[in-house]
Amino acid sequence: MKFLNDDERPVRRRRAQVISRRFDRIFTELHNIASFIGRFFKEVFLPPYEFKEIIRQCFEIGVKSLPLISLTGFIIGIVFMNQSRPSLAEFGATSWLPSLVSLAIVRALAPLVTALIGAGRIGSMIGAELGSMKVTEQIEAMEVSATNPFKFLVVSRVLATTFMIPALMMYTMLVALLGAFLNVNANEGTSFTTYFTQVFDAITFLDIFSSVIKSALFGFTIGVVGCYKGYHSSKGTEGVGKAANSSVVTAMFLVFIEELLSLQVITALRYL
Amino acid sequence: MKETQPVIDRSNCVINIRGLEKSFGDLDVLRGVDLDLYKGENLVVLGKSGTGKSVLIKIISGLLKPDTGTVNVLGQEVPKLKGRELDQLRLKIGFSFQNSALYDSMTIRKNLEFPLVRNRRDMTRGEVDRMVEVVLDAVGLSQTINQMPSELSGGQRKRIGIARTLILQPEIMLYDEPTAGLDPITCIDINNLINEVQSRFHTSSIIITHDLTCAKDVGDRVVMLLDGQFQRQGTFDEVFDTPDERVKLFHDYNFIN
Repeated sequence: MKFLNDDERPVRRRRAQVISRRFDRIFTELHNIASFIGRFFKEVFLPPYEFKEIIRQCFEIGVKSLPLISLTGFIIGIVFMNQSRPSLAEFGATSWLPSLVSLAIVRALAPLVTALIGAGRIGSMIGAELGSMKVTEQIEAMEVSATNPFKFLVVSRVLATTFMIPALMMYTMLVALLGAFLNVNANEGTSFTTYFTQVFDAITFLDIFSSVIKSALFGFTIGVVGCYKGYHSSKGTEGVGKAANSSVVTAMFLVFIEELLSLQVITALRYL
Repeated sequence: MKETQPVIDRSNCVINIRGLEKSFGDLDVLRGVDLDLYKGENLVVLGKSGTGKSVLIKIISGLLKPDTGTVNVLGQEVPKLKGRELDQLRLKIGFSFQNSALYDSMTIRKNLEFPLVRNRRDMTRGEVDRMVEVVLDAVGLSQTINQMPSELSGGQRKRIGIARTLILQPEIMLYDEPTAGLDPITCIDINNLINEVQSRFHTSSIIITHDLTCAKDVGDRVVMLLDGQFQRQGTFDEVFDTPDERVKLFHDYNFIN
């Protein structure tokens, strides 16, 4: 048994204190996030309902993301089709390209790419917007004018992301499949009808349904993380930057975790 | 300076605070504050930065909870109020923030409408527009109605901030450092506006400031917050008629520098 000498004891104690403080911080943060989500579910059902603000946020989050989503989805379709061709060509199975691409896009690529773009564009936007509102006392100004800032700012944004990310995902799906069609049409001469017949033959209702549900979960995560980080930002402009950055990093991390977990659930459902 | 003498009803106390204490961690900010604000009165709270002046008005408006003490506003105990009750009281209190706190993403019209359309749902579009015009006219900025807050100067933003609080026709106005960061001429304009609000809208106000010119121009009564307590109180001249070095230093620094 090794005995610590006098020099080692304080160092070890300090290390233990640092670790203990870190755990404290992590659990406090988890508790705060849980309270934040709890408050969301409490407030979302209570009147007054912020329909106007929800629609405005849907426009900001959904419609204004369309150019970026269109470009990304289109390129993904083309690139994925191009990269898959050599492998299938080795087995003389290029006729399977539409089926392969449709499965990849519908089941994984469209939800994930939309969520990642959403985390980057929408998560940072929400984090920065609420963060700057917080440090410039705009949230307090709302509170003193007898308006519930949580309902007006947080509930509306989280609902908007939860509704719009699945809608954007469906759009990404369509654009990516169109991009893939252009590629397969130029190389294999596959007609529009043949291509889409093969695409829809390969996928099932469960594929689309699970992607929509998954995207709604991603959207909820992006909204909650962005709002939480922005709503609790401090330390002036530095805090706003941190809130925006942290919103993106945390949302992306959580999206990957959720993707992994949902994959297990959907696979289990598929073989029921 | 005030053009007309204000009508102060000393039998009607709109804010009554007793034994108010507030600390943040180890830092004791307010240590037993007692305060009365009478109807129609402009009360100036003077003090150095970081002495808890803003904390005091945030407690009055229910944004912060006190550790101990009673905070009675318009007959209601603020720390005990929640939800709708607190909102109803807040409609009677106007809060002008130090940095104006205008909503960046909204035009001036939308900023002014915001408290009104959310709290007076029975008002028609025409009535809302008319109220917006009235308060904009009161602060002399009718031409800015379709501008964004970022297009305004600091003084204009302060005025719009005050207009936004006036739109709900509050009984009490709380001004947090109304002249901070403004040039001397704009400060005089803001001081005149505070006096005009008092006489035209018959408000009772607490003005938080460390600007002695502002205190002298707008204050019917001045209290000085030192070490978490009100050490001096009276008219402007009475407050500074003291051998207390801390008070004299505050006065000399403001006027000599």
